[in-house]
Amino acid sequence: MLLIHCPYCEEERSELEFRHGGDAHIARPTNIADISDEEFEEFFFLRDNPKGLIFERWRHVHGCGRFFNAARDTVSDKFYASYKAGEPKPDLPGISPATEKTVETYEATEGTAK
Amino acid sequence: MRKYSVFAVAREALRGHKGWEPQWVSPEPRQEYDVIIVGGGGHGLGAAYYLAKEHGITNVAVIEKGWLGGGNTGRNTTIIRSNYLYDESMDIYEHSLKLWEGLSQELNYNVMYSPRGVMMLSHNIHDRQSFKRHIHANRLHGIDNEWLTPEQAKAFCPPLDISATARYPINGAALQRRGGTARHDAVAWGYARAASDRGVHIIQNCEVKGIRRGPDGAVTGVETSRGFIGAKKIAVSASGHNSVIMSMADVRVPLHSVPLQALVSEPMKPIFPCVVMSNTVHAYISQSDKGELVIGAGTDQYNSYSQTGGLQIITHTLDAICELFPMFRRVKMMRQWGGITDNTPDRSAIQGVTPVKNLFVNCGWGTGGFKATPGSAHLFAHLIARGEPHRLAAGLTLDRFRTGRLIDEAAAAAVAH
Repeated sequence: MLLIHCPYCEEERSELEFRHGGDAHIARPTNIADISDEEFEEFFFLRDNPKGLIFERWRHVHGCGRFFNAARDTVSDKFYASYKAGEPKPDLPGISPATEKTVETYEATEGTAK
Repeated sequence: MRKYSVFAVAREALRGHKGWEPQWVSPEPRQEYDVIIVGGGGHGLGAAYYLAKEHGITNVAVIEKGWLGGGNTGRNTTIIRSNYLYDESMDIYEHSLKLWEGLSQELNYNVMYSPRGVMMLSHNIHDRQSFKRHIHANRLHGIDNEWLTPEQAKAFCPPLDISATARYPINGAALQRRGGTARHDAVAWGYARAASDRGVHIIQNCEVKGIRRGPDGAVTGVETSRGFIGAKKIAVSASGHNSVIMSMADVRVPLHSVPLQALVSEPMKPIFPCVVMSNTVHAYISQSDKGELVIGAGTDQYNSYSQTGGLQIITHTLDAICELFPMFRRVKMMRQWGGITDNTPDRSAIQGVTPVKNLFVNCGWGTGGFKATPGSAHLFAHLIARGEPHRLAAGLTLDRFRTGRLIDEAAAAAVAH
């Protein structure tokens, strides 16, 4: 279970209080009725699904109820940062978009956790 | 390939079991193949087998980063059924179920397919209406599925608690008698052995690191941890890592990868005769031939490649199991694991051509890919060989997210993920 820092409540709370909200920083087109099918597919369906650094939305449903964004590694599930909605992606020095060393097995993941 | 039979067992028993051959060979990769399949799970190995057997294409390599069946093929709860709601899904899962029925004979390998019946519990009015809709749709499609009263459900699965005071009362169940389980490892190994026998190269411990393309945009081969290997066609069937592989060819796919967990109990005497699933309280359970209870939990809510999953997910499932089957309350759980599933927005698979020439994809099987293994592999081989989908898989195209012809099994899933 994840421990998630809510930037509004300014504390770490259990994942049970939160709902995942998909990828962050996806802007809904303001002219949604005019865009092409390709553009709609791109906006609505296609995702990077990265192995490594991801920017994602969370909602503190059983807390303050607000949406915020977070940067997390999808291999180790470690959070790098969480920040308020509307703020730009944070600078994460030393962290490349892709994970440098991939961890494949449960045993290996457990090893790093220890 | 030396055939397995009762005579072979007897002969080897007399010779001290010294004559058994390796089930498949692991040769050095060639410079170039007609087809490279990325991903050595059941779907990929099966596609290689059917390419060789039905389409005469034997210059094929299956490239696997780890070991055969070490991904989701070896991490699922082995449930087989075809009682889906929509025509496109019923077509492919029923095609698969029919192949399951003869698979052990076809491969000369005991995949232990056991049609012990898959029973889905109904707990409320919505469940009953939804399941009856499934039953009618299935029967119109020629697929067996029937409605049981609570008493009939109890007769079919005696450990079930159907009392009115149960925490999750049962008002009926839908039963597919031809549904059941199979041995997942044997599926990967059986396909590998049969494909290897027909000349397919099986290359394990070889990670694909890039997809090379020619000036016309068509694929020319893959960069791997063992160097460049040329290919006229590349077929990607890499389960949770499909997004990663497809991004090497600059193709974005509508997938998100999440861990799905399963767990098994200590082994017990035969006690549980069928597969039981409950959507409403989220539980599915069966008993393996080794005697372990095999229990499937849910997915985590966030993207992850960690192959673990949160503890609250499995405790939620075990809560439900203990209420439905009070006799299991003191059973010890022995092992837990997670597999990375690639999920589409409509929860139906994608199998089809891609915007890149000679690159094919088989992805998005999400939380239910094991049951589809033979059918998916069979139709994927057709796609790779002919360059266009088989009639039964024609709806599973990648471009449906542009055209809007979705197959919305997300609203019709047996258990909600």
